[in-house]
Amino acid sequence: MKIWRWVFVGLVCTAFILRIDAVELGRRHPTERISADRVPNEHVTRPMYDAGSAGDVLEDDPVGRLKVFVYELPSKYNKKILQKDQRCLTHMFAAEIFMHRFLLSSPVRTLNPEEADWFYTPVYTTCDLTPNGLPLPFKSPRMMRSAIQLISSNWPYWNRTEGADHFFVVPHDFGACFHYQEEKAIERGILPLLQRATLVQTFGQRNHVCLKEGSITIPPYAPPQKMQAHLIPEKTPRSIFVYFRGLFYDVGNDPEGGYYARGARAAVWENFKDNPLFDISTEHPTTYYEDMQRAVFCLCPLGWAPWSPRLVEAVIFGCIPVIIADDIVLPFADAIPWEEIGVFIDEKDVPNLDTILTSIPTEVILRKQRLLANPSMKQAMLFPQPAQPGDAFHQVLNGLARKLPHDKSVYLKTGQKILNWTAGPVGDLKPW
Amino acid sequence: MKLSALQQSYLSRRSNSFRGSAPLDSSSDSAIKSPAAIFWLVLHGLCCLISLVLGFRFSRLVFFLIFSTSTTSTTNLYTAPFRNLASDITTPFVSSSTPVEIPVLNRTTPNSNSRVVVGRHGIRIRPWPHPNPTEVMKAHKIIERVQREQRAHVGVKNPRTLIVVTPTYVRTFQTLHLTGVMHSLMLVPYDLVWIVVEAGGVTNETASLIAKSKLRTIHVGVDQKMPASWGGRHQLEAKMRLRALRIVREEKLDGIVMFADDSNMHSMELFDEIQNVKWFGAVSVGILALAGNQDESSSVIMEEGGENTAMPVQGPACNSSNNLVGWHTFNSLPYARKSATYIDDRATVLPRKLEWAGFVLNSRLLWKEAKDKPEWVNDLDLLDGLEDIESPLSLLKDQSMVEPLGNCGRQVLVWWLRVEARSDSKFPPGWIIDPPLEITVPSKRTPWPDAPPELPSNEKVLVGIQEHTVKHTPKNRSSRSKRSSRTALRCQEFNLEADILRGIYLVVEESTERKQRMETDQFLSRPTTLSQSRPFSAH
Repeated sequence: MKIWRWVFVGLVCTAFILRIDAVELGRRHPTERISADRVPNEHVTRPMYDAGSAGDVLEDDPVGRLKVFVYELPSKYNKKILQKDQRCLTHMFAAEIFMHRFLLSSPVRTLNPEEADWFYTPVYTTCDLTPNGLPLPFKSPRMMRSAIQLISSNWPYWNRTEGADHFFVVPHDFGACFHYQEEKAIERGILPLLQRATLVQTFGQRNHVCLKEGSITIPPYAPPQKMQAHLIPEKTPRSIFVYFRGLFYDVGNDPEGGYYARGARAAVWENFKDNPLFDISTEHPTTYYEDMQRAVFCLCPLGWAPWSPRLVEAVIFGCIPVIIADDIVLPFADAIPWEEIGVFIDEKDVPNLDTILTSIPTEVILRKQRLLANPSMKQAMLFPQPAQPGDAFHQVLNGLARKLPHDKSVYLKTGQKILNWTAGPVGDLKPW
Repeated sequence: MKLSALQQSYLSRRSNSFRGSAPLDSSSDSAIKSPAAIFWLVLHGLCCLISLVLGFRFSRLVFFLIFSTSTTSTTNLYTAPFRNLASDITTPFVSSSTPVEIPVLNRTTPNSNSRVVVGRHGIRIRPWPHPNPTEVMKAHKIIERVQREQRAHVGVKNPRTLIVVTPTYVRTFQTLHLTGVMHSLMLVPYDLVWIVVEAGGVTNETASLIAKSKLRTIHVGVDQKMPASWGGRHQLEAKMRLRALRIVREEKLDGIVMFADDSNMHSMELFDEIQNVKWFGAVSVGILALAGNQDESSSVIMEEGGENTAMPVQGPACNSSNNLVGWHTFNSLPYARKSATYIDDRATVLPRKLEWAGFVLNSRLLWKEAKDKPEWVNDLDLLDGLEDIESPLSLLKDQSMVEPLGNCGRQVLVWWLRVEARSDSKFPPGWIIDPPLEITVPSKRTPWPDAPPELPSNEKVLVGIQEHTVKHTPKNRSSRSKRSSRTALRCQEFNLEADILRGIYLVVEESTERKQRMETDQFLSRPTTLSQSRPFSAH
């Protein structure tokens, strides 16, 4: 019997040792991994373009971890709107349409709503475009409200939780506040009916009304094929120090300056317009993508809203993003360590931008470029058709999966009502 | 009424411009011509006038100060808030006082510890918004480091030493050409051995020139002098190159041998591209053959066969699957009548069928014994007896083993050119003016001595050396005096540019008689033809 006791003790010890990972059994050597919480291993210097093992969180596979049920809404909520204007497929708000298409054919979709963890409502709220191509948000609250009324009356799942296990894609400027002007958006606040739902949006700013706790921030849509077509050979030397193309003053809406971008873009122009290191202008060159690949830093300042597709473009083309937007929440911030990839500049520090950028040590810059070269990073920013593993669709699903399981308290008792269906401006209550 | 209209237009101005119609309450009340309406109209007009004068719209400031109805107003204090689009007078942002935090109304944010406020902010401009040279230098260092890293990981791994063979000889344009090649070689990021073979023996002039490059050089001489005809020159150059190849074999230099003629132009990509050669490679060479009389030769070409005046290119020819199938050589027929025979002819200088400059080879091909040396290579000794070796292809038994480089010959990486001065042209040895020149020209302030005013000729101020043969004949003197009077007036013009020209040698002549006297003295005593002045010195 004595020997069995020792065997038992030995087993316990082995289990203990394995548990605390004192012995590494066959784990690959982690170098330059993108792990959200841990600092990547710096001791081994891997060559820049051999990206090593990719991020652990980014490569999670959501299939099998959640089930999504897609409501069948009448086509006036989605297909008919798209038919009216095909530009919705190529502008930066196209994520809502592609998310719908992805979910329809994804393995996480389930046709049985009883076993679904999440419910998706395909309503294209950002597809009412002006002749110039900018979306008007004035009908969006009514559209959303009408859709929610439909699903709450035809299916019991909305009333079960009042939307706590539903998610919506609202890629507009200020998310579910449904307005392009920030003051107006703040005034409106998030649509009252979406108070309990999870919002998947591009807008993200800390301590802001329009960013709800538990929202998932996604990158704006950037056309993957177009960017792919403009790649230049990797050995082209990066010779531009700072690159930016875009408006500094929005003359149509804010002639004196100070409102647009909180004066930050104007400050960039006024301070650096004659600086040879800063290749900044308002032109629309045809070589925009190629130039980004020849630049070391790409400015991503805020505009009317803090997010912009420039971040996506900078990450795809390996240009270190310089983010000038106070308190911004970047896409998939829990999976991508933006602090280590980009440079964050406070808006008040914009006049000293050149000092800040030139005083970054070269090793830090090279490390950021190495991290940017990681293909899983680039993949996570894109919405490719058809979907590929590790892309933005999967990151959204990963985010949703991380929020599971739902807390028991979200399930309401019968008769309990939390949402106020008559809240909000009077104009929103009109049927759509 | 008017007030509300103004206010509404202010608040919803953004939506008016390009976003289409906003659902504004229509303030289309008919303009009742009551005294109040007229008063507001007059006030509005007055405000417009004031804005015109001031240059900015001050209505916002007025509204902010008087009405302060906007929900969340700006917090930053600024003295010159508005940027005038028209002018550049942007006063700097005075942020001496801490920003005044106007309490945010509670309907904006539930947790108002955000430091980001909506509304109008000042445009921050630092007091000296211009580049700082130290930072520019730092940025360039960063860029250079980034590019080095790029090259290290995407470019050539294990770069091999380059062995550059250059035949040269002392002549007027030698410095010009050799400096060009030298600077190209100094920029090459790989190890380099420069073998300079000189016709007429080793001279100090060439030696001092190539010593400036700080590269590893091997300078040898060939006793034969460079002949005056192009044909002879090409032949001697071939022999000189073989001499260099023999050195490579004797010293067992390891690397890639390339032929850089001293008047060619090499692109930096060439040096990166030839690192890809295994044994024997060929690149495309652009022929800049239309030197000399441009119009005549081009018209000649147009006559004969209508061949276009595109630059001819020599090099490997590939088929669509990027295999070598032949050679693009230089077609000299269009130039047959007008090609140069002697080095100082003003006609087109033609290259050979295939120039040496387009070939690179692995130095191990030249060694007596080297492992892996392919069998399709002739030994170097076999070439000794041959009279005219046109191109290093004679080293090969099998021409199909040549590797075409530069995207299979599609990239032109080196340009061939031959430009020479007359063979009897004189130039100061080493291009050093010694002893210094004697003529002084008065500076700007002194009154110009009398000179008969004459129309300025097209004689330009020569800021360099004038090269022409010396003929101590009276004819020369008279031509000089004519020129002197002509240029006198010119000098008066150049007085104005004296600051710029100070330190530069001018060809200027002052007064006729003084000049003539000096001329005769000068030109009788000195062998050179330089008539130059010392830099300006104030009298």
